[in-house]
Amino acid sequence: MLEALQLPFMQRALVAGVLVGAVASYLGVFIVQRRLSFLGDGLAHAAFAGVALGLLLGTQPLYVAVPFAVAVALAITWVRERTNLGEDTTIGVFFALSVALGVLFMSMRQGYSADALSYIFGSILTVTAADLWAVAALAALLLALLPLWSRWAYATFERELALADRLPVLRQDYALSALVAVVTVMSVKVVGIVLIAAFLVIPAATSRLLSPTFARMTLLAVAIGVLSSLLGLFLSYSLDTPSGATIVLTQTALFLLALSLRGRS
Amino acid sequence: MGALAVQTFDLGVRFGDFQALYGVSLAISPGSFVAIVGPNGAGKSTLLKVLLGLDPGNLRDGEARLTGRAEVFGQAPRALPPGWVGYVPQVKSFDRSFPALALEVVVSGLRRAWPFRITPHEREVATAALEQVGAAHLAGRRLGRLSGGELQRVYLARSLVRRPRLLMLDEPATGVDAVGEADLYRHLEAYQQQSGATVLMITHDWEAASHHASHVLLLNRTVIAYDLPAVALCHECLSRAFGHVGHAHSAPVIR
Repeated sequence: MLEALQLPFMQRALVAGVLVGAVASYLGVFIVQRRLSFLGDGLAHAAFAGVALGLLLGTQPLYVAVPFAVAVALAITWVRERTNLGEDTTIGVFFALSVALGVLFMSMRQGYSADALSYIFGSILTVTAADLWAVAALAALLLALLPLWSRWAYATFERELALADRLPVLRQDYALSALVAVVTVMSVKVVGIVLIAAFLVIPAATSRLLSPTFARMTLLAVAIGVLSSLLGLFLSYSLDTPSGATIVLTQTALFLLALSLRGRS
Repeated sequence: MGALAVQTFDLGVRFGDFQALYGVSLAISPGSFVAIVGPNGAGKSTLLKVLLGLDPGNLRDGEARLTGRAEVFGQAPRALPPGWVGYVPQVKSFDRSFPALALEVVVSGLRRAWPFRITPHEREVATAALEQVGAAHLAGRRLGRLSGGELQRVYLARSLVRRPRLLMLDEPATGVDAVGEADLYRHLEAYQQQSGATVLMITHDWEAASHHASHVLLLNRTVIAYDLPAVALCHECLSRAFGHVGHAHSAPVIR
């Protein structure tokens, strides 16, 4: 096991996994409590369309995927605020649009699309130094935004009371969904488009089962996110299984453990 | 001379093609205890939300337009220091799945943000507010484990903790048993007596309205009557507000 840590690609994978686990779980607590779990799925598919467009244009796919997913996230939030369609419906519309666009872009591209598969299923072992810097920059941004926790939490708790206390709740909605979009795209390499929503939802849901307060839920979710990335990567290395799927299965195992602990108490 | 607690000038709110409120002109003196009575869809909650200073877009899903003007203590509601106003929303809108302790809910009213850690001073002030409504024993209880009446008290403590000059309550007696309701009015009256605050309370309970309120506002998309309880709750006014009184009795209960 220890010799694995000597390998540069494994070191990068571990750092990327830990950062993505921490960042996604932190945002996940707001997503789960705001009942926006489906947003992660919708934005993962927006990331797919963005990656497909990037591959079609022949640029670094993430350069296109980030603005594309952020635009979809803002559009979802805008439609949600302006209409009385539920968020599930709004996300469903943009989800379908993104998949359709993704398929279209892929079909327009000539040649073999093996590289696209590495985005769909993730391949953490191909994480480059540049990918790592991008994830680290995102983690630093969220660290800088940490003082906003108490305002985001307040609006998550009771939107109307936060509005009555003059909090910029609408701006928060846009900021949160844009951040989720960025996190989703950044995590694509690590876990893959198919599974990224798990990073946003499962650690936060697990933590919710065990936490009496929102502060505790936040801390525990981040811990679970980091732990399951580490554990999953080591399992994936020693069992020779796909990294993204192994991490998500580790998260699910912890979720089931939390369920059974809760059942007993 | 102090300004009036609440004053509205030809206030109207329109949701799409539905006129929720029109021609509402009110003058409520400081220290009044106003019971707001009216059928479902009469615009009672909408009126409170306008006085809270919510943007028209946030009154309800979709577009809304505000006409006329509202003033609270002589200022536009949005310009008012938020600490002056306490608000207890409808119990059915409370989200009990949020992981929180009753004490944290009260501290959020003090801080106007969610507490990560509670300072000793905040704990003291919030506990005192809970004590004030006879709910000190609930401080460490999780939201999900509170009954409707207990939750209502925690929210009342949350609104009182900032010592508001205007207290607005949206159907505070819903989901509360008879004893709890009597307690609720006792706590409200006690707070009002020591602070001189103005209270606006939406209720479906005319009995309580006539008993505890200094004034009754009978509302059905516009002001039907604003007067002393005995005058505003006369048979003729009620039938104007509710269509006919026999029907009105069953309508509020369903909600």
